[in-house]
Amino acid sequence: MQIRFDKLGVVIAAIVAYAAFAAPFATFRANRIVPGQARSILEALPTATGTLLLAIIVAAALVALFRTPLVLRLVASVVVLAALALLIGAAGTFLTPAGNTLARVSPASGFWILIFAFTLLLADVLTRLNLSPLARVGVLVVAALAIGLLLISGSWDNLSILKEYANRADSFWAEGSKHVTLALGSLAAAVIVGLPLGILCHRVERLHAGVLNVLNIIQTIPSIALFGLLIAPLGWVATHVPGAAALGIRGIGTAPAFVALFLYSLLPVVANTVVGLAGVPRAANDAARGMGMTDRQRLFGVEFPLAFPVILTGIRIVLVQNIGLATIAALIGGGGFGVFVFQGVGQTAMDLVLLGAVPTVALAFAAAIVLDAVIEMTATKRRVETA
Amino acid sequence: MIEIEGITKRYDSTTVVDDVSMVIEPRTVCVIVGTSGSGKTTLLRMINRLVEPTAGVIKLDGADNRSLPGYELRRSIGYAIQGHGLFPHRTVAQNIATVPVLLGWDKARIKARVDELMTLYQLDPDAFGPRYPHELSGGQQQRVGVARALAAEPNVLLMDEPFGALDPIIRNKAQEDLLAIQKRFGTTIILVTHDMEEAVHMGDKIAVMDAGKLVQYAKPAEILANPASAFVGTLVGASERPFRLLSLGRVRDAVEDGSAEGEAISGDASQRDALAELLWSGRPALPVKGADGKPLGRVTVDGLVKRAARPA
Ligand SMILES: Nc1ncnc2c1ncn2[C@@H]1O[C@H](COP(=O)(O)OP(=O)(O)O)[C@@H](O)[C@H]1O
Ligand SMILES: [Mg+2]
Repeated sequence: MQIRFDKLGVVIAAIVAYAAFAAPFATFRANRIVPGQARSILEALPTATGTLLLAIIVAAALVALFRTPLVLRLVASVVVLAALALLIGAAGTFLTPAGNTLARVSPASGFWILIFAFTLLLADVLTRLNLSPLARVGVLVVAALAIGLLLISGSWDNLSILKEYANRADSFWAEGSKHVTLALGSLAAAVIVGLPLGILCHRVERLHAGVLNVLNIIQTIPSIALFGLLIAPLGWVATHVPGAAALGIRGIGTAPAFVALFLYSLLPVVANTVVGLAGVPRAANDAARGMGMTDRQRLFGVEFPLAFPVILTGIRIVLVQNIGLATIAALIGGGGFGVFVFQGVGQTAMDLVLLGAVPTVALAFAAAIVLDAVIEMTATKRRVETA
Repeated sequence: MIEIEGITKRYDSTTVVDDVSMVIEPRTVCVIVGTSGSGKTTLLRMINRLVEPTAGVIKLDGADNRSLPGYELRRSIGYAIQGHGLFPHRTVAQNIATVPVLLGWDKARIKARVDELMTLYQLDPDAFGPRYPHELSGGQQQRVGVARALAAEPNVLLMDEPFGALDPIIRNKAQEDLLAIQKRFGTTIILVTHDMEEAVHMGDKIAVMDAGKLVQYAKPAEILANPASAFVGTLVGASERPFRLLSLGRVRDAVEDGSAEGEAISGDASQRDALAELLWSGRPALPVKGADGKPLGRVTVDGLVKRAARPA
């Protein structure tokens, strides 16, 4: 039998070799703000466990390197990812001196690169398996449950990021819910305003260029500058419109963050609505009128369903963008996970930065997978073909 | 009856349809023929008011077509658009049910009508009903398009180049099917085409359009025999004229007494097909049989050639 290399596998194996043998697996610090010391896999874990982990990694890298059956590749990537997840917790316990509450252990570059490499392998396998949209969401749920179990089990409790969490458990969930509210709320507002605006732009030729240009310009304003621009008008509204202040409208805080995210969201929603409606086959529109549909019936019965997958694509862009952008709401006192990021930057405490960044990335990632699945399902159900 | 009186459509300064007047008798097929851009589609779409005329009146059974809101008018007139215009996001059954749903028919009645039409068009309702248009062949899509136009049992059916995208064999079949259905339901059909062959074959009357004007409106034989202008003559095609004339007649009408050798031709076949068969086989005569298979007599080359001559 001829031995053949897998193209992506070669890259993965090279990355893994570097990460496992040359890069640090974990970082140890005497307290949360001093510079850390690197620890390799063998230094970060009891000898037997460390050797076992290395053996698993090498074996999996070999599976990746050669052309092997998909199932084997799937098992290899899942086993390594599970082992890494469990053992980084073990490294925390192993490296922290007993009774020392100040020492901090965090995952280092080697760990992150290994996670990246084997996630790449897993993603490749899942793509090649050609999973249905529902199955992909299923994989996401299983992964989320596994991470949830690890968190509850306490096996990560000795990692620095969870120590930061332990100190801020209450505010973590409060800021988290503020973050999600900001991202989803501004999305909802953008959809409520953007859909009709997009329909209007589609119907009224003269509005088209003007509206899209204005939204384009807004999109290019840096977020900090946009916050600055909003302070004055919102401050004015707060002092001059009765009841506005009671609603929480102020120059700084949640209101300008919400308004900024809303403004950024408008362009993708409006533009995709316009593009989606423009892409409705002429013949379908013509037939709808010829069959005796009123304008409303045509909009809801023909144009909208046919444009829906494209509009959803816009909503997906907005949701992922908003989950990320909501981080900067913290800059003007708007709350959200950004609070930890900016506190962490201020205190040069990387762990605190991660406490804000990791959940943000995870949320964005999950949102992308779920919406991609929804888009694919609606697109296959209402396939758009003009032929 | 459809009365078109002095209908004109102008876009800015260009006149697309220019003072057209014609009367279409009920339960007949009227074919509008002309070169591309001559205003056929625009004229057709003014009947169901997808296009509003600049001047003139169109009456359907005596009533001005503006006496109803446009969408209500269109629900009462069948419309098969160029291509097929099926809704890609709706199944075949849902597509056909479009107008009945708009009219608020009850579910059972809609289902019965959809099944009836699909059966009529040789599409098994259980197999094809739940499919999406892109899962059908071009010929099937076209049939669904016509079935959709017929769904609410309209008295009038407008068709814009309905067979344009079909290959010749399927096209022939589709034309025959349409004529059969027209006879069965007594629908008044106005059909647009740029193909004179199709016009002669399908039309009880042919309306020839040129640059927005109606240049001749007459029975096919009359158009072939006496084209009103050089343009109509070109459209008819000088070298095709005798054969088109023959294609209008049935073999049964050209039967002579006597008998002939060889395979008999059906009395329902066109005289053109009979002449082609005679020329091709090099024989002077062919036996003719009736629908029941009984011999009717024979057709001869000489007899057909006389019929192909310009009528006096
Ligand atoms: N909405 C419109 N605006 C301007 N010109 C039009 C419009 N619709 C049709 N026309 C013009 O009218 C002429 C006739 O068009 P049409 O009725 O579609 O011709 P046909 O169906 O015979 O090919 C063409 O020159 C076309 O460009
Ligand atoms: Mg046309």
